[in-house]
Parts: sequence; C-alpha cells; structure tokens
Amino acid sequence: MSASPTTDPRGSVAATAVPTRRGTEALLLGFAVLITVVAQSIVDLTITGSLRPEMAAFSAWITALWVVAHLVVRKWAAYADPLLLPAVALLVGLGLTVIHRLDLAAEQVDSNVTREDAPVQLVWATLGVALFVAVLVFVRDHRSLSRYAYTLALVGMALLALPAVLPSAISEVNGAKIWIRLAGFSIQPGEFAKICLVVFFAAYLVDKRDVLALASRKVAGLELPRGRDLGPVLLAWVLSILVLVFERDLGSSLLLFGIFVVMLYVATERSSWLLIGVGLFAAGAFFAYQVFGHVRARVDVWLDPFAYQDGAGYQLVQSLFGLGTGGLFGAGLGGGRPDQVPVAKSDFIASAVGEELGLFGLVAVIVVYLILVERGLRTSLIVRDAFGKLLAAGLAFAVAWQVFVVLGGVTGLLPLTGLTTPFLAYGGSSLVANFVLVALLVRISDAARRPATPHAAPPPRLGEAPTEVVQQ
Amino acid sequence: MNAPLRKVAISVLVLFTLLIINVNYIQVVRSDELRTNQSNTRQLAEEYDRERGSIVVAGNEVALSTATDDRLTYLRQYPAGELYAAVTGYYSVIYNSTGIERAENDLLAGSDPRLTLRRLADLFTGRDPAGGNVELTLDPAVQQAAMTGLEGVTGAVVALDPSTGAILGLASTPSYDPNQLSSHDPAAIRAYREQLTDDQLTNQAISQRYSPGSIFKVIVSAAALSSGDFTPQTTVPAPDLLTLPGTSTTMENFGGESCNGGADQALIDALTISCNTAFAQLGIDLGEERIRDMAAAFGIDDEGFKMPLTVAPSKLGDIENDAQLGISSIGQQDVQVTPMQAAMIAAAVANDGTLMKPYLVSQVQAPDLTVIDKTDPEEMGQPVSAEVAGQLTEMMTSVVDNGTGRRARIDGVQVAGKTGTAENSADDHSWFIGFAPADDPKIAVAVFVRNGGRTGGDVSAPIARTVIQAYLDGQGG
Repeated sequence: MSASPTTDPRGSVAATAVPTRRGTEALLLGFAVLITVVAQSIVDLTITGSLRPEMAAFSAWITALWVVAHLVVRKWAAYADPLLLPAVALLVGLGLTVIHRLDLAAEQVDSNVTREDAPVQLVWATLGVALFVAVLVFVRDHRSLSRYAYTLALVGMALLALPAVLPSAISEVNGAKIWIRLAGFSIQPGEFAKICLVVFFAAYLVDKRDVLALASRKVAGLELPRGRDLGPVLLAWVLSILVLVFERDLGSSLLLFGIFVVMLYVATERSSWLLIGVGLFAAGAFFAYQVFGHVRARVDVWLDPFAYQDGAGYQLVQSLFGLGTGGLFGAGLGGGRPDQVPVAKSDFIASAVGEELGLFGLVAVIVVYLILVERGLRTSLIVRDAFGKLLAAGLAFAVAWQVFVVLGGVTGLLPLTGLTTPFLAYGGSSLVANFVLVALLVRISDAARRPATPHAAPPPRLGEAPTEVVQQ
Repeated sequence: MNAPLRKVAISVLVLFTLLIINVNYIQVVRSDELRTNQSNTRQLAEEYDRERGSIVVAGNEVALSTATDDRLTYLRQYPAGELYAAVTGYYSVIYNSTGIERAENDLLAGSDPRLTLRRLADLFTGRDPAGGNVELTLDPAVQQAAMTGLEGVTGAVVALDPSTGAILGLASTPSYDPNQLSSHDPAAIRAYREQLTDDQLTNQAISQRYSPGSIFKVIVSAAALSSGDFTPQTTVPAPDLLTLPGTSTTMENFGGESCNGGADQALIDALTISCNTAFAQLGIDLGEERIRDMAAAFGIDDEGFKMPLTVAPSKLGDIENDAQLGISSIGQQDVQVTPMQAAMIAAAVANDGTLMKPYLVSQVQAPDLTVIDKTDPEEMGQPVSAEVAGQLTEMMTSVVDNGTGRRARIDGVQVAGKTGTAENSADDHSWFIGFAPADDPKIAVAVFVRNGGRTGGDVSAPIARTVIQAYLDGQGG
C-alpha cells in the first residue's frame, strides 16, 4: 500500500494527494438505493399487482437515510473507506425488501392478518443510522475508546449477563435466554455486549501483547505460552461457556470465543494461541455436546436433517427445500414460498434470499459481506496504531464469523446456532448494534487513510458520549 | 501485527468460499432432489398455478380444476363427491395427494416428458401451460352399484374386464369427500381431515389384505385339476371332522355341518357347498409346493404391482407343517389377499386361464385432448390351462346355481362364483368372487365386506349380483 506518511513533515502536501473517495461512496450508495427501490417495487407488483401507496414515502425515507449517513461521513470521516457504507446500505435494503415480502406472504395466507414488520425494521434502521451518526460525531478518534476499556468490559459483561439473571418470562424466547422484553420491545443486549467486549479485548491486548507474545517456552518445536499467561484466554473461554450454560446461546458463545482467539492471535502473532483456542473450543464443544440436550439435538439435526424433518429438523429442511427450489436463478422476488420456513425473517432470511434470488442472489449477498469484512480487515492492515488495528480486526472478524456461522447453519454446512444475519435479518438490536459496529470501522478507516497532519491526532476531547453510545 | 492479519483475511476468504461452495452444492447439485422431495410443498403450490388436467370416466370429468380468484389459482373439484374417491384420491395443499392424483401427477400437472414438446410450443404461442388428462377404465354404472352395495359397511369392490384387465369398478368404504381435502382453506382441510377415520383414508380394495377364507378353495381346486389326477367329478374325502396331521386339533365344517354325511364327495360338490374338511385334506394331499405354485401363478406371490396405484402384495405366508397347510388350504392361517387379488383370481378363471394385468388408465391426453398414450392390455401369466379354467367355471357355476352363492344368481345370466367367510379375531369377513356370463365372461368381481358377520353368500354375493347386473345392463346384455 502507500507509504505511511506519519514521518512526513509535509503532511499537508500529502493530504491533497490522497483522494477521499466520497464520490465513489455516493455513487455506490445511489446504486444501493436504486436496487432497494426496484426490488421493493418488484415484490409489490409480483404479489399484489400494484405498488403500495407508501412506496414513494419509503423510497424518500430510505434515500434520506443514506444521504444523511453519507453527508455525515463526508463531514466527519472524509477519508473513510468508500465501500463500507454502500455494502451496509445494500444489505439493509435487501433485508427490508425480503421482510416486506414476507409480510405480504403472511397477509396472503390469512387475509385477516396485517404484518408490519418491514416498517418496524425501517424504524430500527433509522435508529441505527442515528447511532452511526452519533458515533462518527462524538468519537472523533477511535483511540479515545481505549481509555474506557475497563468500563466497557464491565458494561459488556453486564449486558451479557443481564438476561441470564432476569426471570425467564422477560428474557427467554424459544429456549434462548438472551432477551430483555419490556413494554412491547425486545432487545438482545448481547449484540451490544459484543461490541463493548471487542473494544475491551483490543485495549487489553495492546497492553498485554508483549508479555503474551514473548514469554514462552518451546515444547515440541512449538512456542507455548507460560501457564500463568493462559489466564485471559481461559477467562474468555469460561465466559463463553457461561453464556452457553446460562443463556443457552450457542451462537454468541461461539462468536465471543472466536473473536477473542483471533484477536489474541493478531496481537501476539503467535499461532500457538490459535492451537490453544482450537483445543479449548474442541473441549468446550465436546463438553457441550455431552451435557446439553439442545446442543446434541442441533448436531443430530445437522448430521441428518431429513431424519427429523417433522420435528427438530423442520426448519432446516424447509430452508434446504427453499434453496433447492430456488436453484440457479431463484423463483424471483415474490415468486417463491419463503414463508414456508419458520422465522424466515430473522434467522433464516438467507434461505428466503436463496429461494427467490437463487444461487446468484445468495452468492452476491455473501460477496457483499466478504467485501464488507475484507474492507474492515484492510482498514486494520493500514491503520497505524495497534489499538485501531486490533479493534478493526476484531470488528471485521466479528461480522465475518457471524455471517459464516449463521449462513453455514441455514445452508446445512454447520449446526444451527441462532445468530442473526448482520444487517439483513429482522431484529432491532442486531441492526442497531451492527450500525455502531460499522460506524467504528468507518471511523478507524478514516484514521487509516487520512494523511497525517503536522499536529498528528487531535487530543481526544470526549465527554460522556462514548459510554452513552454503548448503552443504547 | 500485519502478518497474522493477512492470514486472518485469507482465512475469512476460505470460510466464505466454503459457504459459496456449499450453496452451490445445495442449489445446483441437490436442486432437483430438494425441489421434487415429497415433503416439499412448494412444488405443489407451483402446480396450483397451472391448470391441472382432468380425470375422466366415460367422458365425464370426475376430477377437474376450476379457476378461482384466490392465491392458489386453481381449485380441484370432484363433482361426484365420494363416488370415485378410492380411485382419484385427493389433491391437498397440506396433505399432498393420493390415488390417481398422485400416481399420474406428472401428467396431470403438465410436467410429464410426453408433454414437453407441447409446453415448448405453449412458450411461443403464449398459451398458459396446462396439464394433460387421464381417462380411466371405470364404468360409472359399476362404480355406482359397488358404492351403493357397500353402503353402511367397511369393504371393497373390485370389478375387472377379464379379457383385458381393465378395472371397471374400484370402490372402498367408508369413503370420504375429496372436495373437502382439496379446498384452499387449510383450517377447514385440517378440521375435515381430523374427523376422518383411518378406514376412510385407507383404500380397502388395494392397500389392505385379509384372510380370503373359502374363496381360496378355487386355487386349491385349480391345483388339483392341474395336477391331472382330478376332474370335477373325482371324489375326495369329506369327513365331518378332520384331525389335522401331527396335532389333536380337529377341523369342522361351517356351522358344524356335515358335507356328505361323512362320505367321500365329488370335488365339484365339495366346492359347491364349500366343504372345509375336503379342501383341507385335498391341500395336504397335493402338498405345499403345488398349492404355493398355483397361488403364485394367480398373483399371490408376496409382490405387489402398480396399476398405476400401488396394490399391496398378497401372500400365502409361511407354512411349517401339514396342519398349517390344511388350514391354509381353506384360506385361513397366514393367507392374506387384497380384494384386487381376489378379483384377479376370478378374472383369470373367466379368461380361459390367462391372467391379465389390471389397469386403471385407459389413455392419457394432452390438454388439447389428443391422445398421447394408450394402455395396451398385458398378460400377467397363465395360472391354469383353458381346459382347467373350463372345469373351474363349471364348478363355480354350480356354486351359484346350487350352493353357497345362490344369492348371486341373475335371471337369464349364468353367474359363476365362490363365497368366502373368513374367520378372524372379530366378526367373520364376507367374500364373494365371481364372473358372468359364465360362457362368455364380460366382468369379474370381488366383493369384500370386513367383519360382515354373516357368510359371504349372504352379505357379499348380493352386492356382486347388482354390480354384475349393472354392467351387463349397460352392455345391452
């Protein structure tokens, strides 16, 4: 990549040489909006034969969202990676389309029903963009976050633990105790905990990376860490197991542990941590399989879904039917029966995409995720400070791991775990939290590409804003 | 930290490539298998978008699709209600389909390869692709007589054209209304389905098998006559009580009656009055091999067939000793046949000893009514010679004229038949198989009434008579 200009005293000259790429972003956002509006129109025309009256308002709304997001990036993160936001816009737009399509399907099956999940999701997206803006406006330098690392760790743990200690009536849905349901709203605090913990992991590992990387002994040609340095990884492991035990949330458990191990590996450059991580994972997986009926059931369904097609495997089998029926080109938006898959709007939204947009559509979605993740990792590569590197890597990997685990589950590659599909799936917490996540990536990518000024980074002047952000 | 970061980036690429490969595997390699899986109701929904072909009996549509204005474009209707349910089956949004609806689904739905060229043409001419029609061999008068005869009982009637194997009637009771299962209202379908009994949903004529009782004596007679050692006039032992070999168990005749005062009896007379002890002893004397071979030649061979509905296999069961052979020879023990199989026995005798394969579809048509396939009659085997068939006919005629089958008699028409009253854990099953006219058979029938309580002669023979009469009337006979 381009030579690091940090030591260049004529930073202002370099500043004029680095393009901001905001024009590219605007163009791609326009493209994403166009696809969203066209897709929504196709759904309406296919299913009801006419555009719904709110179509114009929806188009205006969605356009306004991305215009605002774009303008804020232009103003407060001018050098940000130009692909992050359009990728998100495309995924959110497609998600809204599929959710709207499933709303209509529910109405067709029972004409007394009016499902309005898509408008609700639009409200969540709006809130997401608001938080995206807030993060960019208030977090001017991502490094300032490292100062709140331990606070964020506490907040993260508290958010993670909250549903476990709350009564099941409030926190349990379909067996997973990961919710807070109050006054008609359902929040999954784990989605926000994820971000807090990634920030904490990054700050913590920057502090401890030397000791974790250097103090080691060689065993059988492998650099192994000292026993006492195993503490943090064991702690993360125990935390993950606790999530599994008390919240029965296989997905979050796997996600947290995976993120931590990868960040540890990136921080220390020691592949022995990966081996230790895999070993601990194997032990944990074995333990979970032996002890928890619901884990065993999921593995059994994964191994032979058709043996359980009328029971525990129903959902997966319906998903596979949808994908198979979709084939190469799909049934077309509004042409399939994605509503045959239970909870198609949230966990199984990818199978709805695969059924109606076919292999090409689903692979396109996977590629958009890949672009999002790889741009995040690229940001991590070129950003200069260690904290930023680790944070960007952790956030990008969080998205990658989540997409892999959930899409792998829906397509039968992996056992089902019950994670949400970032940006695409119905669900407010996930959507809003992922907007915060991508805002942080945008912020770091701005720092990564921004030519250094003579004053280096501005001294962080932050009020209470960041903690407010994560408490949303 | 950049070196591990690059490795992480590459790992993510690998993981996503795995996802993409797996999606390719599911959506391309396994696509057909998943799309056509029986449990995948999507195809059904897709089929509703196309005008499904009709099922036709004697020029009348007994199952047809009519356009609706709801989401599933076409509604399947059965104007005759319960009458043809055992044949057409139903075509349900939630319970899939049965009967001809299922067996001929590809053609009715229009996805049969024989329709491919026409569908290609539809693509260019802009016509909506539609399914082909299936014309059945059924005779409406026979079917109606069968259903009327079975009113109020659990049972089945199968009527065949002995010379071709064409199925003239196929009834199973209690029946159900396929319209109710084929509606577009899932709640109503479920409600109706839940109050149906297993008996209503089971095709008694082809899916269930029962002890044949004395109708099996036709097969023992066939084995005896075919051995060359017997004629209808050959006398056989007909004791009042038969002690089964190797046991102290005795067998008696129906109602404890005497066949011929304990004296030997001509084979034809033994069949006429359905003498149990005579046929048990005859079976033992002939040996298991002859009985088993003859039963298999008539189709009782543990193998089912499709016509195109699946007919369950009929079986002789294991015979471990002469005692069991004796009991099997009067159609008890483990001998079990479907009513379809019973009709095939009568049909083979009627057709000079040649068994024709039963078939239900006479022809299939493209949506424009041009015939694209016709069923040619097919021989299934020759269980007995024409001569033996003639002797069996003579004996079975005597059954109706002078014996247990008197209630099947028709004025001016010579009917041949055999009754059966099969013991089981509950009330006896009542059977009658037969054909008419005896000298030039046009129709062969089997009537089965489950737990009829009374004899086959009392319960089933009169039903057979009305069925035969209905057909012969229609034939101008």
